[in-house]
Amino acid sequence: MARTQVQSRINGVDTDFLCEPRQSVLEVLRDELGLTGSKEGCNNGNCGACSVLLNGRVVNSCCVLGVELEGAELTTIEGIGNPDKLHPLQQAFLEEAALQCGICTPGFIVSAKALLDAEPHPDEHRVRFWLAGNLCRCTGYDKIVRAVLKAADQMPEKV
Amino acid sequence: MTTTERSPYKVIGTRPIRPDGVEKVTGKAQYGADVRLPGMIHGRLLRSPHAHAYIRRIDTSAAEKMPGVLAVLTHHDFPAARDEMQELGEGAVNLKELSDNILASDKVLYRGHAVAAVAALSPHQAEEALKKIVVEYEVLPPVLDVMDAMRPDAPLLSETRFTREMTGQKSEKPSNIASHLQFKSGDVEAAFAEADAIVERDYTTKMVHQGYIEPHNATASWNADGTITIWTSTQGPFVVRAQVAEVLRHPISTIRVIPMEIGGGFGGKIPIYLDPVAALLSKKSGRPVKVLMSRTDVFEASGPTSGTHIALKVGVKDGVITAVKADLAYEAGAYAGSPVGAGALMMLSPYNIENFQIDGYDVVVNKPKTSAYRAPGAPAAAFAIESALDELAHKIGADPLELRKKNTAREGTRRVDGTAFPRIGHEECVDAALNSAHYRSPIEGPNRGRGVASGYWINAGMQSSVVAAVNTDGTVNLIEGSTDIGGTRASLAMQLAETLGLPFDVIRPTVADTDSVGYNDVTGGSRTTFASGMAVHEAGLDIQRQMRERAAKGWGVAADAVSYADGRVTLKTDSETKELSFAEIAKKAASTGGPIVGRGSLTARGAGAAYATHIVDVEVDPDTGKVTILRYTAVQDVGTAIHPSYVEGQIQGGVVQGIGWALNEEYYYDDDGRMANSSYLDYRMPTALDVPMIDAVLVEVPNPGHPYGVRGVGEVPIVPPLAAIANAIADATGHRFTSLPMSPRRVVEELHGLS
Repeated sequence: MARTQVQSRINGVDTDFLCEPRQSVLEVLRDELGLTGSKEGCNNGNCGACSVLLNGRVVNSCCVLGVELEGAELTTIEGIGNPDKLHPLQQAFLEEAALQCGICTPGFIVSAKALLDAEPHPDEHRVRFWLAGNLCRCTGYDKIVRAVLKAADQMPEKV
Repeated sequence: MTTTERSPYKVIGTRPIRPDGVEKVTGKAQYGADVRLPGMIHGRLLRSPHAHAYIRRIDTSAAEKMPGVLAVLTHHDFPAARDEMQELGEGAVNLKELSDNILASDKVLYRGHAVAAVAALSPHQAEEALKKIVVEYEVLPPVLDVMDAMRPDAPLLSETRFTREMTGQKSEKPSNIASHLQFKSGDVEAAFAEADAIVERDYTTKMVHQGYIEPHNATASWNADGTITIWTSTQGPFVVRAQVAEVLRHPISTIRVIPMEIGGGFGGKIPIYLDPVAALLSKKSGRPVKVLMSRTDVFEASGPTSGTHIALKVGVKDGVITAVKADLAYEAGAYAGSPVGAGALMMLSPYNIENFQIDGYDVVVNKPKTSAYRAPGAPAAAFAIESALDELAHKIGADPLELRKKNTAREGTRRVDGTAFPRIGHEECVDAALNSAHYRSPIEGPNRGRGVASGYWINAGMQSSVVAAVNTDGTVNLIEGSTDIGGTRASLAMQLAETLGLPFDVIRPTVADTDSVGYNDVTGGSRTTFASGMAVHEAGLDIQRQMRERAAKGWGVAADAVSYADGRVTLKTDSETKELSFAEIAKKAASTGGPIVGRGSLTARGAGAAYATHIVDVEVDPDTGKVTILRYTAVQDVGTAIHPSYVEGQIQGGVVQGIGWALNEEYYYDDDGRMANSSYLDYRMPTALDVPMIDAVLVEVPNPGHPYGVRGVGEVPIVPPLAAIANAIADATGHRFTSLPMSPRRVVEELHGLS
């Protein structure tokens, strides 16, 4: 199948890639660009493990086509924090033991970042509502919700 | 919260950040599906659309000519499997059934049963080629429910399966009942005759899935020298190695299994599905091959746990449970091996009951072969007995927790198999529940109710092997073979730090491949922190001994003249005290005898039983049937909590899986054996919005069988929730639900008499 050239900006870096029209953003990230932090749990938009920020909005990357990234700005887990300076969410996930197996963790952090970017100080119910698109099977969500609330405490007021 | 305030430990009981944490929160950790190798191609499997059929012919010729296709595989490519039982680290398995479940030979036994595989340059090319494979089936009627499968006229999954009794006797006619077991003591009928109150009910649960977010995966390279390397997400790399060796008839020492990070398992990632397929596709294509399951594959073709039917009769006299009669029938799936034995063994273990007869039936049906799921067999059994005890408590006017306390098992009480319990903590759990703020608070408002239930899990010991290598800078590399599914790098490193009297962060744990560490049984049975922890302790003592010997030699005294404590070796005489720190001895290793390496290798005995008692408040909407969990408290005897946060996490996670099992989750089949809800959208697992915070109360009754008192904690939290929630719904509505799930539809139908 013919491959299409796509120009996008991924994690702050201008990124050109070739993809088949049938390939999802998740496939492009994982198979073409080697960005394997976004995980495949279901490939039909139900688990949220592949959550990315497309032009600032949370989407399931398994449900967006690679060719739709033309001219788009994408943030994946690889673009959030780094080992020297973790994002407050990442630090809070570590301190609150908010991960067990860790496979859902990138999706939760991406999704929670979008929440805190828009609403720096959500309450517990708001966090639970926002994260209802991300499935975790290990933690029972308790420590994840606590970690997001803890990170929210450390977020600056929205300007 | 914990009930013990003063700890004799320095590292145990603290909450350090897990060593593998940063890699996981930054998306850098490598899970099985993340493997990329030079030249790697992609494998996909063709699966049966029928639940029960003979395979008459498979024609792969058109698929082989498809673009990008480098290899096609059917069962003919597998070596002939021996029809015999063998212990391969997962309990005894029949080698032919193991092989047939990976790629069907003559018959498909469930929808989703794999029949062929293709490897191609891209996953899409592999999927397109699968469509060109022609399989001729002779479709047979399926049998999908455990009670239907037990009927004499039921369709047989196998003409050569006979019912095996505990005595070894076999039935005269073939049957779907693979085996029957029995535990019996006392005079049950006489005890029922004298009982004050009796409850007699049938309870049913549906097949449910572990639901781990990461689908199964395997990447294999059949190397030029005939060795095989496998990268996979598994709970047991040594089980993968042993099973692949048997299925492929390949020497075990030439197979290397590299355990990648694992995205959840809960027992479901012990058996192999894809590994031999990836290996043979690699052999045929000459390329490394990665094979992934889709989510639908995971539901339809990996191993969920059994649907069950339990007929139960319980009698009490003067508040004492005097008689239990139980018939447990569990679905094994396509091949024998349900956890009915565990269910029968565990169901009465919180209590001291004199007269009982428990019969268990392991029954094959046209559904995927079940595998372990967190406390396998116990939740359904607890759903039955703990529901019945709740009803009995109401009948005799007793508080349901007081009834449990009055009948509790204690040290010396015999389990139904005759084994006497060592020190156990069920009574302490019930007491903590009775005294909890939750239980002492009122439950008010319409359609609201409270329920309680207890649970037991036996916990496993088994084999573990570790190596701890001391570095010259005073740090230690801990090489272990238990895959880390939820924080065990941390819990093992903490135990080594405690043994050596060192800070946590000088220990660097690594999960090694099967070529790089001694044999380890699976991460399962809640055994890793317990059993691998014992191996770690042994390795720490080994390092202590070597350090004492080296320091003593330097001081010119006998080794037993010096002592090791708090990370230093000390020589005390009347005239002087000499000391060398761990780091000082480590630094001089080269000149004092070479590298210091501690070793721990053992079969762990003395696994302490786990007990839990849960309290839940619910609200039932009588119009929609929706059940809302208002508050949940889980009390558990955890022995000693090594890392309390991860202990709480195990409890919270187990409870929420139990909530899903109780309220929503089920395999929903049509009459032809097609699973109608094989996606996360329709197989409705709890989301963050469906549950409240889960209050985990840690009771610490140290296990005398472990140097730090550890008990396995991972499994028992899923045992009580099913009954606790049913009991709460009964309290709220006055209606007793005996079938799971208590989904909105079922609740509405039963409350309004519509079913």
